[in-house]
Parts: sequence; C-alpha cells; structure tokens
Amino acid sequence: METTAAAPRYTSGQRVALFLPCYGDVLFPDVGRAMVTLFARLGIRLEYPLDQTCCGQPAFNAGHWDEARTVAQRFATVFDGFDWIVVPSGSCATMCRVFYPSLDPALAPIGARVYELSTFLVDVMGVVDVGARFPYAIAYHEGCHARRELRVGDAPLRLLRAVREARIVDIPSSDECCGFGGLFSVKFDELSASMGERKSANVRASGADVLVSGDSSCLMQIGGLMARDPATRGIRTLHIAEVLAST
Amino acid sequence: MIHYDPRAVHGALTHPHGPPGLPATMERIVADKHAAQTQVPWQQLRARVHAIKRYAVANLGWLLTEFEKQFSARGGTVLWARTADEAAAHFLDICKRHGVRSVVKGKSMLSEELELNERLATAGIDAVETDLGEYIVQLAGQKPSHIIAPALHLSRQDIGKLFAAKLGIEYTDDPQTLLAAARARLRTRYLEAGLGMTGVNFAIAESGTIVTVENEGNQALSAAAPPVYVALMGIEKVIPRLLDLPPFLHVLARAATGQKLSVYTHHFLGPEDGRTWYCIIIDAGRTNVLADEATRESLYCIRCGACMNVCPIYRRVGGWAYGWVYPGPIGSVETPQMIGVERAGELPFASSLCGACQHECPVNIDLPHQLVYMRHKAVQRRAMGKGLERSAFRFWARAMSSLPAYKRAVRLARFGTAASARIGWKPGPLAAWTRYRDLPPIAAETFKEWWERRAQS
Repeated sequence: METTAAAPRYTSGQRVALFLPCYGDVLFPDVGRAMVTLFARLGIRLEYPLDQTCCGQPAFNAGHWDEARTVAQRFATVFDGFDWIVVPSGSCATMCRVFYPSLDPALAPIGARVYELSTFLVDVMGVVDVGARFPYAIAYHEGCHARRELRVGDAPLRLLRAVREARIVDIPSSDECCGFGGLFSVKFDELSASMGERKSANVRASGADVLVSGDSSCLMQIGGLMARDPATRGIRTLHIAEVLAST
Repeated sequence: MIHYDPRAVHGALTHPHGPPGLPATMERIVADKHAAQTQVPWQQLRARVHAIKRYAVANLGWLLTEFEKQFSARGGTVLWARTADEAAAHFLDICKRHGVRSVVKGKSMLSEELELNERLATAGIDAVETDLGEYIVQLAGQKPSHIIAPALHLSRQDIGKLFAAKLGIEYTDDPQTLLAAARARLRTRYLEAGLGMTGVNFAIAESGTIVTVENEGNQALSAAAPPVYVALMGIEKVIPRLLDLPPFLHVLARAATGQKLSVYTHHFLGPEDGRTWYCIIIDAGRTNVLADEATRESLYCIRCGACMNVCPIYRRVGGWAYGWVYPGPIGSVETPQMIGVERAGELPFASSLCGACQHECPVNIDLPHQLVYMRHKAVQRRAMGKGLERSAFRFWARAMSSLPAYKRAVRLARFGTAASARIGWKPGPLAAWTRYRDLPPIAAETFKEWWERRAQS
C-alpha cells in the first residue's frame, strides 16, 4: 500500500540485495547467476547476503506459522540494512510484502522493501529495455501471486516486448493457475497435475519455443509435466531473469 | 449431529472426479459474468457492497433487533435459533401448531444446513422442493452440488431418465417438455400445501421486509399461496436500509448467472389478513465465523457461487466432494468454522491459493488469505499437519535458521536423492511429485557455492 501510490525510485548508490528463493539456490542456480549478470549490465552491483535461506512461505502456507515466523524473523535480520531486496519470484515477494504483517507486525517494514524482479525493474528503476536479445517465440506465464496479490500488471510483458528479436505469443486462458501451489502439489498431487496438464496443453497451443515465467516454481510444475509428453518435450522453460540477461 | 464424513471428504478431494462437462459449463458462466460486469461500474459496486456488509456485520446486534421490531409491526413473528437443531424444532412446532401435512419449499441452502427435508419426512410431513434444480435433486434422492445450480451435475439426458422413472412420463431430453412436466406436478402442490417456506437474500432492518431473488416464480408461489409462510434467515442477511439494496441487486445476478437482474426481486411486506408469517433467524455456527476476526469477511457472502465457478479445484471435484452444504472456496473457509475445525480442517488445504475466488467475488472477500489462515487454525487445533509433517517443519525451520545447518540440509538432500535413486524408493512428497512430473536435479554447484567460489577467486 505504501508503495503503490507513488512508487519510490532507486537512486544510484543505494544497496540492492539479491534474495534467491530457497529452492532456487539448489534447483535453479542459473536464475541467480542471470540476476547478477542482468543487474551488472544495468550498473548495479547486487549484493548477496550468504546467510540467507528462505522467506518462510512453505511453512506459512502449510499452516505451521510458528516455524514460518522463526524463519521470517531471521530473514529480517539477514536483510537488515539494504535499501532494496529483489527476488526473482512473485510468490516469495508476496510472502514478504503481503503476508509478513500477519505473522508479525514488526516485519512489515522489511517486507515492504522486497520487490519481485519485473516490478523492481519497471516501477522502481524505471527501466523497460534492459538491452537483451533472445531470438525465440516466448509465451509468458504469470504466477498467481504476482498476478493477484502483487498485481504486477504489464511489467513483465513490457520488459519482454523490449527484448530484441523475441516474439511474444499468447497462452489461452492465461490467468488460470498452473496447479503448483507449494505443498498442494504433493498433498493433492492428482489435482495439481490435472491443473498443470491443462496449462501444458495451453502452452503447447500458444506455439511458443520457450515458456517464460517470473516464478521458477510454476516452471518446475509446467516444465516437469511437459518433459513427460513428447508433444511438449521440446518447449524449454526459462525464468524471465534468464531471458533478460541474454544478449 | 451434522452429517459430515472427513474420510469421505479426504477421498473425494484428492482426485478429479467431477462431472466431465463441469469445467466447460463453469467457464461459460464465468465468461457471462465478465460480460455482465462491463455493463456497470463493477469495482465501485464491489467496494460499495463490501462497505455495506462490513457495516451490517459490525452492527448485527441492533440491526437484527430492529428487523425483528419492524417485521413484527408488519404482523410477522420472529423466532430465534442458536443452532440448526433449534431452528428445525421451531419449524416443526409451527407445522404442528397449524396442522401442516404438506410443505412447499423455495430454494434455501440454509434449509440444507437444517437437513429440513429429512426432518420433515421423519415427522410425517410431505415437503417438496419447488426450484426446478432442487426438485430434480430431490427426486433423484441427492444433495445439491452447487449453491445456485443444484442439479449442475446432471445432464439433460440424466434428467429425462429420472423423470421417466419417477414421474412416469415418456423419456425425453427436451428441456421444455421436462420443465412442463415438473411445473404441472408442482402447481397443484402450492394449492394443497399448508405451509410455504423460502430462504432470505436480504432482510431490510429499517422496514422489516424480506427480499428474495429468483428466476422461476416458485418462491413467490411458495410464500404467497399457502396460509402459513416461514422465512429461514441466517443472521448475516440483514442490511440496514432499503437504499442499501440496489448495489447488491446489481452485483448478485451478474456474479451468479451473468444476468443483469434476476427475473423476480420480491419484497415480502408482511402477511395479509388470515395468513401467518414467521421468520426464523438462525445462527448455526455463523457467530463462530463472526467471532474470528480473520474470517469475519466470509459473512459478507451473498451466495452467488462465483468463487466456486472459477475455482480450479471445484471444477475438478464438483460440489459434493466438500462434504457439506457450501462447496468451493467459501465452503472451505466457512465449513470448518461452522461445523468444527476438528472435523472439516482439511478443506482449506485443497487449494493452490491461486486467488481467482477473491478476484471474482462480487463482495471482494479475501478468500485466499482466509484459506491460509484456516490452515493455520487446523494445524493449531491439531486437526492437520500432525506427526511427521510437524516434525518435518520443525526440522526445516532449524535448517533454515543458520548457514551451517542449511548447508548440512543441502548435503543431506544430495545424499538422500542419490540414495533414493540407488534403492529405487522415494519418500512420500517426492514420490507424489514424480508420479506426474520430472523434478530438476539438485545442482552440482548451488548458487551459494558458486557465489563463494567467485568471491574467493
């Protein structure tokens, strides 16, 4: 709320921290490296507090709020002193920005400094063209947290449209959930997979070479399903940071 | 005791088994809703009805007593019920007092909460549903699978077969013929009935009027034809003034069916001479929703069904899977509060938390947040997240609380996945994931390892 009316702007010399989702560290390290490359090109030396682990969302969404609070409070300590915290995930950003206050009101200020990548670039830095080149047909999948909690709006698409030689194609029923949902994906695996299969079919219908998203978790779900179907096996999945880092 | 079987719900919620045509039907209804929204300043109306409900729910006490005063002044009698049992007892008392043997029912989900049909049958009173969908479901001996479209799970052909078997007509799947058959049978029932009942969409405190909306005309007949009328009303239905009603009428029909307005909007102004009216005002667990600040907004619900229409879970499992009267996201929040977290605590977990429900809700109820909150409540009450899961999250919280512990956990995960691959066994969550999906491998070099190596070089 404090940032939507007149979004604060990044000014040169401020400290910007990279927060990488916990699963991202071990499963998608390329996304982190792409973030470093991308921000270096924009003249920002990302700092990475090595002590960081997780925002606490897995426990929070599972109902284990005491455990989530412990991890969230640690997040606040680790990222204390940074002007901006940028995370390549709409879901982790939602946890910090939207849900931290319900865990502990004292976490609201740190939560408000956390930005999902595309909104940080477009709204905070005022950058749309990051100088990327990516000669493929791209379908963009927006995570539900980014869409409905953060309301990132057209920020990711504006960034992608500015990418040289990229062609953006539309996914039918693009506002439907991919079915990941964290613990939901394994507790209700059949339902989750059923939702993902519909999404995969729609991605296939888009005619994209590459499926791009601001959340690696959605890509893990959709990509994991597409890999098992010969009709979709050829469609690559990439985080938007990786596309924006490409030249 | 309310009928709710947690084990049956667990089984029904975990796999897609809804009617095959359900997703397409729901998509069509949501598309109609979106088209209807463009005819009015939708977001302003949402904010307006949200604000009216917030005021009404915050002032329930005096609004309800004001309604009672005004309804009584118009010649009606208000009865209060703390529980479904008390409400049903009131209803049966009224039947007894007036020597009622036959009841015509307008659509009311609250009467489902009361299990009124079963109770009336036990008392030897013949009750018939007069809403076409409800009539079909009653003939089939089933429960509604949707709060607006109770027979959504049945095809035209299913209904043709049902009518042939139960009404003795020749099989047809022509909707007009089927409708005429139902109408012919219902018409006589209104005239025979000793009592008619309906639900309540809105109760106007300042005037003591009951407002109901419908498309078929059966509510009007149920309320007006028999000598005795009973309105079943949840405590959350009261709004302060008649002036507060129009924005609700703008959003309700649009959100429910994509109509600009329901075919009929009735204002029941009080009994004519020789007729008797009752309004049973019922809590039945609503004050549990009210008392918990985190779920209070759920009482703003106007029962339009939009949240379930858009819900990817509802579309896959159908309404019965939720085990009680209210399916979909609103049911997953309200049911545990109303009948007990201990029994229905699993419901809010059957969600990817995509938030489409709130996005479609005409009253802008924060359903996804309430779903997460109800998960927390279920874990707190030890209805969910017990045993191994609780230990796992404790272990996880420790692993996330220091860098060395985190690194140990990563090493353990590497070792674990390698061992799992060797022995060909996977722990539950991993098995559940890989049943349908590939999992990316744990990176040979994590980002942290890369960052440290880069810092050293």
